[in-house]
Amino acid sequence: MATNGIGSSVKRKEDLRFITGSGRYTDDIQLPHQAYACFVRSPHAHATINSIDRSAAEAMPGVLGVFTGEEVAADGLGGLICGWMVKSKDGSPMKAGPHPILAHRKVRYVGDHVAVVVAETLQQARDAAEAVEVEYGVLPAAVDVAKTHDSGVDIHDDIPNNLVYDWEIGDKVATDAAFAQAKHVTRVELINNRLVPNAMEPRAALGHYDTGMDAYTLYTTSQNPHVARLVISAFVGIAPEHKLTVIAPDVGGGFGSKIFIYAEECVCLWASKKVRRPVKWTADRTEAFLSDAHGRDHVSVAEMAMDENGQFLALRVNTKANMGAYLSTFSSCIPTYLYATLLAGQYKTPAIYCDVQAYYTNTAPVDAYRGAGRPEATYLVETLVEECAKDMKLDPAEIRRRNFIPKDAFPYQTPVALQYDTGDYEPCLDKALELADYAGFPERRRQSEAKGKLRGIGFSAYIEACGIAPSAVIGSLGAGVGLWESAKVRFSHTGKVQVLTGTHSHGQGHETTFAQLVASKLGVAYEDVDVIHGDTSKTTVGMGTYGSRSLAVGGEALVKACDKVIAKGKKIAAHLLEASEQDIVFQDGNFSVAGTDRSKSIGEIVFAALVPHNYPPGLEPGMEETAYYDPANFTYPSGVYICELEVDPDSGVVEIQKFTAVDDFGNVINPMIVEGQVHGGLAQGIGQALLENAVYDESGQLISASYMDYTMPRADDLPSFVVHTTAGTACTHNSLGVKGCGEAGAIGSPPAVMNAVADAIGTRISMPATPEKVWRALQKTQLAQAAE
Amino acid sequence: MYAFGYHRPGSVADAVKLLADHPDAKLLAGGQTFIPTLKQRLAQPSDVIDLGGIAELRGIRAEGDNVVIGAMVKHGEVMRDATVKSMIPALADMAGVIGDTQVRNRGTLGGSISNNDPAADYPGAVVGLGATVITDRRQIAGEDFFTGLFETALEEGEIVTAVSFPKPVAAAYEKFRNPASRYAMVGVFVAKTAGGVRVAVTGAGPCVFRLPEFEQALSTNFAADAIQHLNVDASGLNADIHASAEYRAHLIKVVAKRALAKIG
Repeated sequence: MATNGIGSSVKRKEDLRFITGSGRYTDDIQLPHQAYACFVRSPHAHATINSIDRSAAEAMPGVLGVFTGEEVAADGLGGLICGWMVKSKDGSPMKAGPHPILAHRKVRYVGDHVAVVVAETLQQARDAAEAVEVEYGVLPAAVDVAKTHDSGVDIHDDIPNNLVYDWEIGDKVATDAAFAQAKHVTRVELINNRLVPNAMEPRAALGHYDTGMDAYTLYTTSQNPHVARLVISAFVGIAPEHKLTVIAPDVGGGFGSKIFIYAEECVCLWASKKVRRPVKWTADRTEAFLSDAHGRDHVSVAEMAMDENGQFLALRVNTKANMGAYLSTFSSCIPTYLYATLLAGQYKTPAIYCDVQAYYTNTAPVDAYRGAGRPEATYLVETLVEECAKDMKLDPAEIRRRNFIPKDAFPYQTPVALQYDTGDYEPCLDKALELADYAGFPERRRQSEAKGKLRGIGFSAYIEACGIAPSAVIGSLGAGVGLWESAKVRFSHTGKVQVLTGTHSHGQGHETTFAQLVASKLGVAYEDVDVIHGDTSKTTVGMGTYGSRSLAVGGEALVKACDKVIAKGKKIAAHLLEASEQDIVFQDGNFSVAGTDRSKSIGEIVFAALVPHNYPPGLEPGMEETAYYDPANFTYPSGVYICELEVDPDSGVVEIQKFTAVDDFGNVINPMIVEGQVHGGLAQGIGQALLENAVYDESGQLISASYMDYTMPRADDLPSFVVHTTAGTACTHNSLGVKGCGEAGAIGSPPAVMNAVADAIGTRISMPATPEKVWRALQKTQLAQAAE
Repeated sequence: MYAFGYHRPGSVADAVKLLADHPDAKLLAGGQTFIPTLKQRLAQPSDVIDLGGIAELRGIRAEGDNVVIGAMVKHGEVMRDATVKSMIPALADMAGVIGDTQVRNRGTLGGSISNNDPAADYPGAVVGLGATVITDRRQIAGEDFFTGLFETALEEGEIVTAVSFPKPVAAAYEKFRNPASRYAMVGVFVAKTAGGVRVAVTGAGPCVFRLPEFEQALSTNFAADAIQHLNVDASGLNADIHASAEYRAHLIKVVAKRALAKIG
């Protein structure tokens, strides 16, 4: 077993540079003769662009060019695309309005890109941007997803009622029939609040057109540089793919928001050729709030049909999903294939039906944000289950236990397309009950009451689908790409290893985890492995990092590349050890002849491959192996979270007392990194439940557009988490047995918190549970009690 | 940020002269509001006059039963100062809950009160303690200094040089923070002073204000119980996405009771 190999909590290689300020982010990159872009953004949520007068701006000092949607159109550029075709119930394709990289004759949300100024300095670009005179014809705006259908506002031409699609999944007839037979039906109406991702590093781009090479390089804050290259080449059409390099260097957090291909990075690249200078843009925080793709924003009704024992018979859901003003890169699949397919949760509910209406509104585009669809599904299912328990007078743990998919039912085919390969839910529940000291809760509640506080406890048993995704499956569902992954293992003469991966690390710690994996597989020193990612001119072609896919898909590709190294090494070892290839065994970095003490280290074999003086005839020299891997299925992490909190009835303040997270992630490479991922996810999930809310006013102004009004979770808003990762059930269809852990915390925690709030105050409120909302709910309850 | 001229005078007199010479100039104290405002291009002064080099604006001293604090004294200094802590511990406590460590190590008394942000803490202490604001040309009673939303009694070109805080019999400050900004959504400074009980509320309205009903009730019984039966009128209070006027009115009483409970 290699030290620092699989299973070891090695400290992260990348952290030294991150915490000492030595990282190299997009904005750190300075190219000779670099110029700066500043975008002119729409102050209106919905307006025609009647005229743009750029003459004053063009005359200002340092200005190299002012460009608008007219030039984009004149250059024949295509627009940004949504890469997943979702079809409506009637079979018609979703209605995707054009999404130009600079607005053309119309703006559709506050922050929409109207023009760009490129100047010698950033200050000059800003000064000139203020001098661009845009005459708008202000139109009424549709902002609220629940009202956009009947608003009479036409956001895009020829898209009636702003309806993108009206989609369904599941068996409606069977579901309705089960409801007709039900002894009891529990119903909830839920809003899944809109969130702004808020990565620490704002988006940035540096476009460079090289006149001599007639080639383009784009440095950008991307989670998936190859996908960016594909979209910018094939759809926006700025450069052919072989003439475009996309480099995503260190990236300071993404949480989904840096998956998507954005207008600004395209414009910097395009403008670079126009002004024959590298063009840099870095978002300020206000721009990030206005123009990063937001997350969530669902309005749903959900009903559960039960028998007299609280057995779930059927689940019926309707969801309205806000897509914003344009369809972002993956937006269409979030409230459909990444949401409704998870509605079975951990339960054997035999019939499920869900329909989803996705709407345009005059707000920033909405797309994947940590969890992407799965937090929305989990919030809905786990809120409903808790209400079912209340209605049926069952303990919330007991109702879950009664309805869990039993261990012997795997692989389990859900009524909503997915087939769970493995799982075992009761042990997680038992462990969570133990760690949370559920038995001691009544006594703790009494103690809180004695202090004048209201104490509540809430559960959440989540499931997620990670390791996106089997290409053929998603292809049949409308995806425009395959979601395999790739890796290359390259040895140098001295036995050092470069790993090239198509995934991208923007905080996840791949440089550590992948090195641990290679150390274990090949018996090389962990310190001797360097992981390279994020540069399309260097790495293998890959689909990037999101959906907790890097290890389950990219890690498995890396295993397969290591297997190829071993297979080739055996041929070389057989030659050097004068044995048959079949007799060579590889273990702990040594190729040995079975049953003898004759062996060669991997370093010796690699040296022989690169200095092939004594070498198997006909065998290629070198030791550099590449593998591609397309998963057979999604992976299905699951877990049980329990939140215990106190409410101060005087002020309505909620304080989490204890948060217990028990997760089954299958096998784990680095337990410390996994725990950190859970902590981060919990912070964002608790943030959604108690603090964060993106608020547009009726005219479409984002009034929570800064940290003065958008409540990011701070350390002192959070308890010290109790996190436990069970040995659980290993994934059955990748050799590592890994499932993924990046999103679980954000998926599982919101309903646990909100169920605990409801338990404490005796009534259900919407997220975020702000002090005023809690206080008002308590006032209402007290008034009602007083009236009785 | 837009370009501006920069000056760093060595005396109040020089600063006053610079202000007179540059009518569109702005004073820079700790810069905790002003610098972000400049960075966001929300202000475009012709000149910035940095008060950081003026020794006479610094220092904390006891003068009889008063603590006189220079305008450029930072919140962190007030929080830690032995004189303040022994004479008016509530003032040190108040300074210790302004912003965060970074803000407290830059932000100043004079900057805070001259800006008169409705959510600032200092106006509560100045009015709550019945302090006197000292400028380059006169003395202004704390009550009269804060005149409205971001408005003060300062005349054109007038500079706050110090504030004189009288030592109370007992005092306490408590606040309910805005969950996002952590500014005071409601802050209440209660004090029993030689001249009577004073209750000053910051954060809740457009400008700091006193609560005569609370003061009257507390005059006979300086304890939380005394205001239990009173309610605060919500009219005229601030309302935003974090708190309605009605909720703020409710919080004023909750926070006032907590301040009183601290005094015990």
